[in-house]
Amino acid sequence: MKHCVHIGMRGRAIGAVVLMCLFVLGICLWSGRSARASAAKGRTGEHLEYASPVEVLFSPDAARLYVLCQQSGQVRVLDAKNYEPIKNIDVGRVPRGFSLSPKGDRLFVANSWDDTISVIDTKTLEMTATWSVGAEPSNVVEDRAGKHLFVANRISNDVSVLDAQTGAEEKRLAAGRGASYITQSPDGTRLYVTHVYPNATQHRTAPKSEITVIDAARAVVTDRIVLPYVAHGFHIAFSADGRLGVAAGMHPKNLVPLAHLEHGGAFADTLTLFGADVGKPVEVPLDELERYAARPFGVAITPDKSRIFVTCGGSEAVVVIDVQRLLRYVRTHPGPHAQDLSASGNYVVTRIAVGHDPRGVAFTHDGTKLLVANRLEDTISVIDTKTDQVASTIPLAGPKKLSVLRHGEQTFYTARYSFQGQIGCASCHIDSTFDGLQWDLEPDGFGRDIVDNRPIEDVKDTEPYKWNGGNPNLPTECGPRTEKYFWRAENYDDLTLTDLVVYIRSLPPRPNRWRLPGRELTAAQERGRALFERAVDKFGNPIPETNRCVYCHSGVKGTDQKSFDVGTKKVTDNTGLLDTPQLTNIAITAPYLHDGSAATLEQIWTVFNPQDKHGRTNDLTKDELNDLIEYLRTR
Amino acid sequence: MKALCTIALLAVSVSTLHGEPVDQRNAPGLGEQEAKAAAHASASVPVMPRFRFENFTTANGLPDNHVYSVLVDGDRIWAGTDNGLALYENGKWKTFTTKDGLAHRAVLSLALDKRTGDVWAGTMGGLSRISGGRIDTYTQLNSGLSNDVVYGVSVEGENVWVATAAGGCKLDLHTGQWSLFNERNTPMIEIWVYGVSATPTKVYYAVWGSGVLEYDQQKKIWDKYEDPDGENEMVLFKDQGLIHEITTSVSYVDNILWVATYFGDSRYDGRYWHNFLTKDSGLPSNFTNVIKGVDANRAWFGTDKGLAYYDGVNWAVYRPSLATGKPEMTVRDAKGNVSSVAVSTAPAHNYVLGIDFQGSDIWVATAEGLSHGIHQP
Repeated sequence: MKHCVHIGMRGRAIGAVVLMCLFVLGICLWSGRSARASAAKGRTGEHLEYASPVEVLFSPDAARLYVLCQQSGQVRVLDAKNYEPIKNIDVGRVPRGFSLSPKGDRLFVANSWDDTISVIDTKTLEMTATWSVGAEPSNVVEDRAGKHLFVANRISNDVSVLDAQTGAEEKRLAAGRGASYITQSPDGTRLYVTHVYPNATQHRTAPKSEITVIDAARAVVTDRIVLPYVAHGFHIAFSADGRLGVAAGMHPKNLVPLAHLEHGGAFADTLTLFGADVGKPVEVPLDELERYAARPFGVAITPDKSRIFVTCGGSEAVVVIDVQRLLRYVRTHPGPHAQDLSASGNYVVTRIAVGHDPRGVAFTHDGTKLLVANRLEDTISVIDTKTDQVASTIPLAGPKKLSVLRHGEQTFYTARYSFQGQIGCASCHIDSTFDGLQWDLEPDGFGRDIVDNRPIEDVKDTEPYKWNGGNPNLPTECGPRTEKYFWRAENYDDLTLTDLVVYIRSLPPRPNRWRLPGRELTAAQERGRALFERAVDKFGNPIPETNRCVYCHSGVKGTDQKSFDVGTKKVTDNTGLLDTPQLTNIAITAPYLHDGSAATLEQIWTVFNPQDKHGRTNDLTKDELNDLIEYLRTR
Repeated sequence: MKALCTIALLAVSVSTLHGEPVDQRNAPGLGEQEAKAAAHASASVPVMPRFRFENFTTANGLPDNHVYSVLVDGDRIWAGTDNGLALYENGKWKTFTTKDGLAHRAVLSLALDKRTGDVWAGTMGGLSRISGGRIDTYTQLNSGLSNDVVYGVSVEGENVWVATAAGGCKLDLHTGQWSLFNERNTPMIEIWVYGVSATPTKVYYAVWGSGVLEYDQQKKIWDKYEDPDGENEMVLFKDQGLIHEITTSVSYVDNILWVATYFGDSRYDGRYWHNFLTKDSGLPSNFTNVIKGVDANRAWFGTDKGLAYYDGVNWAVYRPSLATGKPEMTVRDAKGNVSSVAVSTAPAHNYVLGIDFQGSDIWVATAEGLSHGIHQP
């Protein structure tokens, strides 16, 4: 017996050596390509800490420029005259938004991965407090009265209302899904909140979003401006007279097969106009024939209300709009406009090339310059608003080398590789996550295999990819198929694809908000875990191994990386065999199932598991199912 | 004829005694001191709050005459009807239906989150939140809600407490977690939960057939109050506990629990119980659908035979006369003397299902319309 064990062990050892050799060979082949490319592009393999500026703003006295740097987790304070560094202030993880108090004496920073607000004294440039808020705070605004602080929380889909002096959270207001950006009306009476994921709608119906309107004095939601077809909302800007509001957004065309990119068939990149100047909200496209304005994000209206500037992250450009021509157009054309590629020629004046993934913008006090934060280039573009030219570019301190990860991230966020520069990875994977939408992709046939967009954080080592498991690895997933069926252009060189894959494999999971500190489980979560791992049903019958939750959703990431038929095949599906999805942060990635037909986790089992093929669950009581879901939320 | 003369004489005598027969006593929003002062103004017939009732039906904009619930939100009035949720604002009714996302057309219960202004509606098909015009719906299929028939809802802090046909439950708005309360984890025997009243210290469930369930928020423990005599047909142990197991409504105000049942009502101060029956109180019927405490001493009762008010000593009943259907207000003093007060209006119907206060005014949901009792000074 010992001999057998010995042989067995030796056999395994030999096998391990062979595997190791193959692995090393693979690494050598792979890194050899990388090395050649690195030399060609001067890239480095190390993890470099870039600044990644996402927002900019000036102090009220115009003396300082504050730059919010996402990757370095800092507010960088620059002299507004010569842009020389004054101080770097460390804040929390992945800061996403910031603003000054009305007096300018405090700077508030939303730390999206820490669920906190950093309070910085602008006289001493020291952090004076850290306040807890909801899940994934993304922007923060103090009301004019200095009574409340409003914080948009992306994961908890709400707005925290804090006592502006003590930081005590008083309440949370329900906002849109993925609430992220807050803008105050010029008179300070209203706050307008956008969100990056679409609100829930019926399966395979048009997405819908909202602008949540908050009465600043009462701190209650008073209205929700509905944005039909808009799935992702970003910044809002108001004209100084308050009569025109402009919201940047993305209008997906996900109800038709994604097969007509040449006809603009993926997204309309749009602005929604609202306010007294236009009456009812009007959505207008930024895209032009053969020139798209991919991923509009930051918006600014000149103080004299003559121009609108819109940063377009995927296009690496700022689109400039003539306000009077725009208003004239919408008043004389009833619309709808969003998918009319000839519309923008009536009001888009020009576009200005800036850096990689331009995000937040800010005017100088006299309005003669517009500053643009180029997130993936660590620069600030200074645009002359009279000439619409980049007057200068401010480099931020940091690595000057382009690392593999950085290049991969740039590749992920740009739209330059797709036909006419229409879309990029980040068009559907918002901030490297998901989009909450279902798409009809061409390779499976028109109207066939409708698929929900899966999240990509922590996606490393969960191959195969695609819901049908058709892509054995990320280079296949992100390479030829993507180029052919998404980009409609074969533009990646090997190195670019490799860097992109390295970046995607590097994406970490966001902190799980349902897990207690120390990773212990609540009583309900513990009960749920027992159900997840059970081998016997409530009637004492053994549950077949393959029908236990823990069998398919095994391992740290909750997938055995195999395909199963869990009884969810629809008449439009080519197969019922589906890749087991990972469970990472499953609480926040609704809808569920391969086609997104389950709006909530509950519906997976209350509606779509009548035969107990997706795990034995029909013996559970309602409270037991709730326990199971509480456990799943910790994954 | 003799009876008519008696009523007439009584009305004259009341008028003579008080100069003005209308009450100076507290309506729902008036202070207790004011109420006591008014009570002492008369030595014989107590002065009770008096209202001019304006009634809303389908004839003037209500989507349905069968009104299960009513909620006051400042100047806005929400009415849960058998055919949608109606909002009265600026003199006009607007109706939300299932087309707007409402869980079900029949809206049984309403609660206001005073901090956010959100309205929660319990329906026959789930729970809906109305927030800034958007309606989000929770059902037993798409959420952790225990059952789609939602008889009661109450908001306390970040928690929404729900009474359903299959137990109680709580939604934590911060975490999204649902906690279910039923026979498996509470002293509840029946799971048909008719009403809920939640405060930061205590939460009470009216469990139809299982008395009252109490949850202590600090100690995180459950307790249960049952009819001590266990008799369904009689009250053996008067004032010694909950009057009956068939509870329909609870209201916890100023550390006092008010409980309605189909067989009389109760008040509990944490130590002593007091029971109310038609035979020894001014309650117009033991069959009580809804109870709403004003404070520790005062409460309103919605029965199948009219709307009643108890000021801690005296009773008033407001209704269309059971005999003639004409508006009627009666007052019963501590000694059991009943007096009539001349009125020209009454609630829309005697079958009262919901009550809420708007300052000194009262809103009443009935089986045949919604009534606005405008306090008459």
